[in-house]
Amino acid sequence: MTALSGSGPAVCIGADIDTDLVIAGRYLRTKDRSVWAQHVFEDLDPGLAPRLKGAVLIAGKNMGCGSSREQAAVALREAGVLAVIAPSFARIFYRNSINVGLPVIECEIPGCHDDMNITFDCVDGWIAVDGKKYFFRPLSSRMQEILNTGGLVEYWKRRLER
Amino acid sequence: MVTLSEKILGAKAGTYVDRQVDRAFCHDGTGIQAKLVFDRIGSPKLADPASIYVIYDHISPANNSQTAELQAELRDFSHKNGVNFMDIGSGICHQVMAEGLVHPGEVVIGADSHSCTLGALGAFATGVGASDMAGIWISGETWLRIPDSIGIHLSDVLPAGVEWKDLALSYVSLLGMDGATYAALEFVGEAAQSVPMEGRLTLCNMAVEAGAKTGLFYADQETARYLALYHAPVDTQVPENPSYVRECFISLLDLEPVCAVPHRVDTVEPVTKLAGTPVDQIFIGTCTNGRFEDLKRAAEILKGHRVSVRTIVVPASEGDYLKAIRTGVAADLIQAGCVMGPPGCGPCLGAHMGVLGEGEVGLSTANRNFKNRMGVGASYYLCSPSTAAASALSGEIADPREVI
Ligand code: SF4
Repeated sequence: MTALSGSGPAVCIGADIDTDLVIAGRYLRTKDRSVWAQHVFEDLDPGLAPRLKGAVLIAGKNMGCGSSREQAAVALREAGVLAVIAPSFARIFYRNSINVGLPVIECEIPGCHDDMNITFDCVDGWIAVDGKKYFFRPLSSRMQEILNTGGLVEYWKRRLER
Repeated sequence: MVTLSEKILGAKAGTYVDRQVDRAFCHDGTGIQAKLVFDRIGSPKLADPASIYVIYDHISPANNSQTAELQAELRDFSHKNGVNFMDIGSGICHQVMAEGLVHPGEVVIGADSHSCTLGALGAFATGVGASDMAGIWISGETWLRIPDSIGIHLSDVLPAGVEWKDLALSYVSLLGMDGATYAALEFVGEAAQSVPMEGRLTLCNMAVEAGAKTGLFYADQETARYLALYHAPVDTQVPENPSYVRECFISLLDLEPVCAVPHRVDTVEPVTKLAGTPVDQIFIGTCTNGRFEDLKRAAEILKGHRVSVRTIVVPASEGDYLKAIRTGVAADLIQAGCVMGPPGCGPCLGAHMGVLGEGEVGLSTANRNFKNRMGVGASYYLCSPSTAAASALSGEIADPREVI
């Protein structure tokens, strides 16, 4: 199950963060999903990983550009990120995130700083930042369904049972 | 009024469709992840094994026993399920698929971001991640949003010493790393038809570096000539007055040799400005520029000389490798002091076979120069095969127009 709404402290990262920076190529060849969470953002800022549990990641434009590695989205989810918010996403990262059960929200949050507290609701399409509200287009019903079931694995399990 | 993407996918830009996938491919890296997702779903039946391709290129041959075990697992799975399996040495997945397997008008999905390369053949080709690939294995289809299209109009001819790679780097710099996010690029205009297939593959390959979903050329006489080599039939396509959300007009005559400088692919400088920058390693290869024609242009510059810096050459496919051997291109490169690796991605992803050390500077014909990608603490420049070869002679970034 993925929570389509939630609340947590902001962790701010920059624009054009590529998937090599989320999880480096040298850690990809394993079945152990916890390895990716351990090394998430290692080449960007090794101090980030311990702060991700229960946090809302706020990125700049073009979040997740570059390689198609799904491990990037898995790493963030396994590290405990509740949702990723960015003004724009690279499309494969966007798709991968939904598929692994990590909510992604296209919305610009000006002046991101780490003390902010973020509340989000993907069903109604709003984010509250220290009391101020921002609105975004709610996720499509199919994306909500995939997220709701916990990702594509659960989604397909259910579809095949029907 | 219809773009090529709209025509192939059968719906208007902005709408969502479920489309049957004609060819679905993955490599050793994404394939094993797709297999693990597939297992977690409960290993149902594959919808259409004949349309599935598994091609080993990323860490090929395996660099350690962990990689070898993962590769063994996927190899075994591929054989048991009767999918098309191509083992180490076949070449980079995109190039292998381009050698007669993909046809104009098809929907092609690869578990790799550079799957857009195959738009060069007039197919709708784009990349997805591992779970999406597992979903395609199970259902034979996937959901797609029909992209808007950006028209890249080409005119005139390339000056000597300037390559399609210089155009690729130039258009990425023009659009920016996210300038085409979610859109498809269509290469059109009077000069588009004169772009040879190797150049089309290079140009479409880099579409994703501007955030695009794919890059496309309309299938024409050149597509027919190229696919005839593989005895593949071609229905040509013509632009039907497509409506573009943005248009760029590029005269090839205005182009010059360029490099993308560390660590952004959209930050491009003319080679004349960078000339004299010392480099520690040169790499000629990848799905962008590891084709026979790329190797040949490098060999023409290097023949009879000796490189003064370590230079790695990796052919994109077995076919490219064989051609390089039969024509003497491989011998010229080796005699000039280049090291040749087996067909595949080689050092492109920084996993083996030429990883850079801390503080080292690399010059590569690849498509991506993200920080740390080819070695932690290293930096590198991207360029054309001719620029790479000219630079190999002196060990510094050099203008190929001075040596051809
Ligand atoms: S050559 Fe490089 S960019 Fe191309 S598929 Fe291989 S790793 Fe990716």
